[in-house]
Amino acid sequence: MFEKILIANRGEIACRVIETAQSMGIATVAVYSDADCGAKHVALADEAVHIGPAPVRESYLLGERIIEAAKQTGAQAIHPGYGFLSENAGFADLCAKNDLIFIGPPADAIRAMGSKSQAKEIMDKAGVPLVPGYHGDNQDPDFLAAEADKMGYPVLIKASLGGGGKGMRLVEKAADFAASLESCKREAVNAFGDDHVLVERFVTRPRHIEMQVFADSHGQAVHLFERDCSVQRRHQKVLEEAPAPGMNEELRAEMGKAATDAALAIGYQGAGTVEFIVETSEDGVPGAFFFMEMNTRLQVEHPVTEMITGEDLVAWQLKVASGMPLPKAQSEITCTGHALEARLYAEDPANDFLPAIGRLHHFKTPNAIARIDSGVRAGDEVSMHYDPMIAKVITHGADRSEAIRRMVRALEQTEVAGLVTNRDFLKKAAGHPAFGSGLLDTSFIEKYETDLLPNEGEGASVHDLAFAALALLRQRDRQARSEADHSADPWSPWGRTDNWRLNDTSNTDIRLQPMGASEPVMVHAEIDGQDYHFRIADEVLSFAAVREEGLDLTAQVNGVKAKRAVHLRESALTVIGADRTQRLTLIDPMAAAGEEEGGSGRMTAPMPGKITAVKVNAGESVEEGQALMVVEAMKMEHTIAAPHDGVVAEVRFAVGDQVAEGDELISFEEV
Amino acid sequence: MSAIHSKINPRSDDFEENRKAMQALVEDLEAKVAAIKQGGGDKARDKHLSRGKLLPRDRVRMLLDPGSPFLEFSQLAAHGMYDANIAAGGVITGIGRVAGRECVIVVNDATVKGGTYYPITVKKHVRAQEIADQNNLPCIYLVDSGGANLPNQDEVFPDRDHFGRIFYNQANMSAKGIPQIAVVMGSCTAGGAYVPAMSDESVIVKGTGTIFLGGPPLVKAATGEEVSAEDLGGADVHSRTSGVTDHYAQDDTHALSIARKIVGTLNRPKQVSLEVSEPREPLYDPSELYGVIPADSRKPFDVREVIARIVDGSEFDEFKQLYGTTLVCGFAKLWGYPVGIVANNGILFSESALKGAHFVELCSQRGIPLVFLQNITGFMVGQKYESGGIAKDGAKLVTAVATTNVPKFTVVIGGSFGAGNYGMCGRAYSPRFMWMWPNARISVMGGEQAASVLAQVKQDGMEARGESWSEEEREAFMNPIRAQYEHQGHPYYASARLWDDGIIDPADTRTTLGLGISAALNAPIEPTKFGIFRM
Repeated sequence: MFEKILIANRGEIACRVIETAQSMGIATVAVYSDADCGAKHVALADEAVHIGPAPVRESYLLGERIIEAAKQTGAQAIHPGYGFLSENAGFADLCAKNDLIFIGPPADAIRAMGSKSQAKEIMDKAGVPLVPGYHGDNQDPDFLAAEADKMGYPVLIKASLGGGGKGMRLVEKAADFAASLESCKREAVNAFGDDHVLVERFVTRPRHIEMQVFADSHGQAVHLFERDCSVQRRHQKVLEEAPAPGMNEELRAEMGKAATDAALAIGYQGAGTVEFIVETSEDGVPGAFFFMEMNTRLQVEHPVTEMITGEDLVAWQLKVASGMPLPKAQSEITCTGHALEARLYAEDPANDFLPAIGRLHHFKTPNAIARIDSGVRAGDEVSMHYDPMIAKVITHGADRSEAIRRMVRALEQTEVAGLVTNRDFLKKAAGHPAFGSGLLDTSFIEKYETDLLPNEGEGASVHDLAFAALALLRQRDRQARSEADHSADPWSPWGRTDNWRLNDTSNTDIRLQPMGASEPVMVHAEIDGQDYHFRIADEVLSFAAVREEGLDLTAQVNGVKAKRAVHLRESALTVIGADRTQRLTLIDPMAAAGEEEGGSGRMTAPMPGKITAVKVNAGESVEEGQALMVVEAMKMEHTIAAPHDGVVAEVRFAVGDQVAEGDELISFEEV
Repeated sequence: MSAIHSKINPRSDDFEENRKAMQALVEDLEAKVAAIKQGGGDKARDKHLSRGKLLPRDRVRMLLDPGSPFLEFSQLAAHGMYDANIAAGGVITGIGRVAGRECVIVVNDATVKGGTYYPITVKKHVRAQEIADQNNLPCIYLVDSGGANLPNQDEVFPDRDHFGRIFYNQANMSAKGIPQIAVVMGSCTAGGAYVPAMSDESVIVKGTGTIFLGGPPLVKAATGEEVSAEDLGGADVHSRTSGVTDHYAQDDTHALSIARKIVGTLNRPKQVSLEVSEPREPLYDPSELYGVIPADSRKPFDVREVIARIVDGSEFDEFKQLYGTTLVCGFAKLWGYPVGIVANNGILFSESALKGAHFVELCSQRGIPLVFLQNITGFMVGQKYESGGIAKDGAKLVTAVATTNVPKFTVVIGGSFGAGNYGMCGRAYSPRFMWMWPNARISVMGGEQAASVLAQVKQDGMEARGESWSEEEREAFMNPIRAQYEHQGHPYYASARLWDDGIIDPADTRTTLGLGISAALNAPIEPTKFGIFRM
């Protein structure tokens, strides 16, 4: 076994690997970029080496620099985590050349599976079933279109080197093929430096079921059951579970054999995942399965497998990489209960799931009923440079419904403030009756979108508004208290903050604007000793027995116990209830006083990113809706369009410039 | 310190009867104040708002620190004095916290007769300035006024304490280092133009704020020149050309935020010369005061029951408890501030006056603020007392009260009659603040006594002329006198004329006094030099 390993990754997976390594008595070395010098994985590791600036190309993707760090610290092996260099055969070679063990499959196996078309050829030869498609080298658009016609629509165009949903296009009809092909190739070039694509028939009512396999250097391979990752949004996994609903022993054995055969066919070692697309009957029974791809790394969703098998897959990886045989034979691996994983992301479901970068001002998770794998702590930044995942929430139950119940409760008790998350979305998805039924396919989210996305007309609940007002009043009081403590007249009644008036009630009007609403809501607060009465429109909520613990506020509201966590930062409030996270802005005319009126033409960056195109010059007349600029953020392109007809006064950024959220990109004059 | 043990039974019928009576008085007061807070009525308010201006009470709220108390003065000013409704006398005055320090705020209410100055408006403005001067509090004037009310010019313009006094006070307070800040949020015409001009620092709002000695109509009449109000004295003129104003605000909100920033730059930290401790609530709920005060004003009550519902922990260290027992004196803490309390517990005798004078000397020596709880029908009369020198003993108390330099606070909790008013620090003795409870009465003597005295005088005259009158005739003579005293002695009548700084809910006495004492501590407590005590 190794004495010291280096983890060439960051975030939750780096933390995950460090924890297992440390429990096995193995010293750990972290690497970090400028953006991560205070990150959790750096804090957890025994040693940490700085490897460059924040952009991944200048840090986490620099194989040479990481090798150097390993040599410098005397690490014997490198765990690549997932993403970054984990499926980079060149890096695996580089490790070997430097007498370092790459904790992963041999470079050849990575190479074989790295190109999807090559992988399918190998699988075809090994007798693993494939989806009809063209995986060849002829990239002539007309030829590809003809191939697509042969398979029948719908077809899927995929970047050969792609993965994780990037560089994929679904084409519904022949007329759209040429345009989709072009955009897919463009994205492929940007993302992977290669515009090679393949075309496949699209399977209807498909499920994404993958087999976890493990192989050692002694020619053995086992599988650790399957995972179902059918709940996806635009090919990004949202909820994952093990085992797959409706799975039977026969099919499992068949798929397991196909998967282990696949691994053995390429001389695989370590942890790998063989993804299948599985056709499903209307009553949810999986049937025919086709090989999709093999991921030659530890998957993000590996914890669900750990929960049902009781095995530590990272420990297995370390053992296998150090040359030991697989810890268990196939017959010794058992499946107990059911496990679920939800990926908590800093992204805004109300805003097309755009990444919501920022500081995690408050982060509280339920540790009793869920396993939380996270690479961030309260106070950390979720930066634009990396994946905006905050945590993986993992639950286990005796059966699927218990695992779901625990997941719903766990998400209810997960509190995040400072940035927008998909928590409410996840909770609705996990709690959705259709998910509960187990009748799943990859169209689940699309099909139930209206149930899962925030309801725009819903507005903020009076409870949320009242709790927000309560938090504001208490904050105002605390602030006054602390100022008074430093004054010559510390207990002066002038330090009261209840708007005391002679011969009148003590009341305060608080204006709160729910996110997405056009008008603020007036909360009329009356302070009555220790009690509060909040009037919102015609409704009055009386708060008694108010208790405050950290961000958590509990009170008897009109005689019924209610609870919210309220996070306050400047004028931004986040009210976290079990069902909803309501974001509000405090409208304080005095705070805004004297600032110039908003003006007609402010066009600001919707999120931090990089300018990839500027399509206008100062002085140019533009029409409403005309594209003016393109901002790339999180590998997605956002077009900045003219809000109305006008003249561009000034273009403030050029191609290649970094912009922060809210930066004014173009100043604009109305005609 | 030892706590007062209340002998009141809050479950007794008497208590309940008293409580109901006081409750009715407080509700009437609150209803009157609520109406007054509507200013000049809906039409005037709508017109005001339509010009993009904030209502005066909203201006106050936004000027103050979020949640700050506002100790408003004389809410009932002008109440019932004029045919027209001159709500709050057309000007809102009070103390509030701005940028962490207590300031006197004077706000014209343009919805009330265009914010013009009635005689009582002038009196209220000047009184607010007096409070600022005595307590060393910065003044912020939110100006929105057409100037003197022309029909009432004889009672507004010429006399010492009339309109000119406002600017005299501004100059003299500025000379003492008491900041004078004006925010022009509407008209500042004629004399009114001097409010911003006499200020240390001034702000004007674009579009609505104007300052000129003569408005466009007067200019046209005088010189034939035709000019708009904005061109004559708007924000641009005064901020760019004349230099009459120092800050140019986009709107009311902006102007108020500038005013707050100005206060933030004053650099005058509060110095407190008292030993302050953490306040404790009284052992007895202040709202029980409703039931403590007899509904029938002729019934006596123990003033210690009142003290027990005002001071910290109901703790009261009494001075000369066994001597001159009709005046209760002692030390307590109120909102953490040490205070000396002088409270009536019956008619004043020589001993009580001497005890009071002695106690005022103690507080003056120690620099402890004095709180007077007035409920006094007067000094004892009769041959025995006159020959005993009650006049000179009363004079000792009056001398001590008049000349002490510690801050004085007076609350009229019952009757305030005759020389008792003087000895107990009535308005003429310049308490920093004077408040009345809604059950209080104030007059030279009680209505019954006045009617009897006048009837006796008339009867003596008739008897001298050999005439006589029936009991019915005597009653018919006395009734209008009683009614006149009841009307003129009522707190609404008193407060309308600014004989006090406001009528307060008894349950608010503790808070109101606490706010007043804390505000008063902005001025250093000077040593006292007493006058001659007639021995």
